[in-house]
Amino acid sequence: MSNEAYITGIGMSEVGVRLTRSPLLLTVDAVKEAIADAGLTLDQIDGVATYPGKMASFLGFSPVSSDDLIEVLGLETRWHIGAAETTAQLGAIAEAANAVKAGLARHVICFRTVYEAAALARPEEFPPMERRKDVSGNSQWVSPFGAFSAANWTAQFAMRHMKRYGLTREQLAQVALNDHANAAINPRALVKKPLTMDDYMSARLISTPFCLYDCDRFTDASTVVIVSAGDAIDEVKTTPIRIAATAGSVERYSWDQAEWAGAYPTGRDLWKNTDYQPKDVDTVQLYDGFAFQPITWLEGLGFCGIGEGGLFLEGGKRIARDGALPMNTGGGQLGWGRLHGFGFAFEAVVQLRGEGGARQIGGDPRVAIATSGGGPMAAALLLTKD
Amino acid sequence: MAWQRSRPRLDNDNRAFWTGGADGKLNITRCNDCGGFIHPPREICRHCQSENVAPFAVAGTGSVDTYTVNHQAWAKDMDVPFVIARVKLDDAPGVYLTTNIVNCPVDAVDVDDRVQVVFEEQDGIWYPLFEKVQ
Ligand SMILES: [Zn+2]
Repeated sequence: MSNEAYITGIGMSEVGVRLTRSPLLLTVDAVKEAIADAGLTLDQIDGVATYPGKMASFLGFSPVSSDDLIEVLGLETRWHIGAAETTAQLGAIAEAANAVKAGLARHVICFRTVYEAAALARPEEFPPMERRKDVSGNSQWVSPFGAFSAANWTAQFAMRHMKRYGLTREQLAQVALNDHANAAINPRALVKKPLTMDDYMSARLISTPFCLYDCDRFTDASTVVIVSAGDAIDEVKTTPIRIAATAGSVERYSWDQAEWAGAYPTGRDLWKNTDYQPKDVDTVQLYDGFAFQPITWLEGLGFCGIGEGGLFLEGGKRIARDGALPMNTGGGQLGWGRLHGFGFAFEAVVQLRGEGGARQIGGDPRVAIATSGGGPMAAALLLTKD
Repeated sequence: MAWQRSRPRLDNDNRAFWTGGADGKLNITRCNDCGGFIHPPREICRHCQSENVAPFAVAGTGSVDTYTVNHQAWAKDMDVPFVIARVKLDDAPGVYLTTNIVNCPVDAVDVDDRVQVVFEEQDGIWYPLFEKVQ
């Protein structure tokens, strides 16, 4: 156990749209909940990890730095990191796991704070990213053609799946329907009621084949996960959830040069890093900023063959809470809100602990997968209750 | 689309791509040692790490690898709907360009459609758009 890493605490702020409470205070709210959950105190925390680190040019996307949090909590840390150049959002948790395994820290606060809805409403405080003049880096290859949003970039991969493998809108819709059904019984989720196929099919189009319900929406929230060293878990009161394996990759970061989503190499690698197999998995929490992304994860992780993701979703029964592979049981980003990756780790822990309440899946789940990232970047965690 | 397109900041890597249209050229950076194409353009070849790279005028023909019809006006002056496509160039293996398919109805575009480049100039930038080959 000493050379292992565990998730020992989870916390979340209020989840809302256009909140007025500051992003720093939302982060502190989530930390307080996670610390209390674990039964720890702040003086036991000696590490902090966040994705992607504070982004001055795009504050709504990431308004709080690891340094900000260390300062206001009065932490004495031995290790911290806040980095965008890593394997997608959950990479921060994988890095924390490596740090505690290496003995660099005992209890690490991992956080992701988003403030995109509030920022949009208060541009004077949170200036939006410049997309019109002097665009550089990867943005210059897409923005000039009106492809401002990841919705446009991801939609093209979804369209390719439709043309090449026969994915249908009815199959794609199952992601949103499943998310809404689960969010409707998750008291913390933004979405409060289920969605019908008629609602879905009559919704306005954003970027074909995506309609409004295929795209997550800007959310204000902070999500925290505490990662603890194996030789420190006797200090916590919760059932420790082991980070049994991690994987992550980047595949032509510019988005439009990638042949495949990063979910494919990352999905293959995850199984190289563990003795578990896909058949052992009780629930999957798959990144769904856009409804197509879980299809890349289902295929990449080997739950079905390449091109078969649509058939896997058909009818929605397989991914329902009482299905063979319950997916996004908390509502995913289409239902819970755009928590940007960390919500999937949070929900995996809820389910493995058996604390899902009305949305708890049956059968004493012991193995879960949480993923983050769409397009070229990807990160995956295999989580177990031993 | 009458909207003001995003204007790239020109540098030594990207200038030939964004201004080649003035001479009717679609310039893609190519390695003079291994012949591989490098896009996005860089000062070094991603295939063999040679620094002997230079812009090369490709034919400007290709096919639609995939596409989406964008219905959301991401900027106030953006006229929707319009087609965003990923075009696979005939003579630059491995290179895709995100672009717009213009001069046809939005529902007339499909994967594998044959397309050719057509430039639109705004403020000194020559945007490579594509239209269907009749
Ligand atoms: Zn070369």
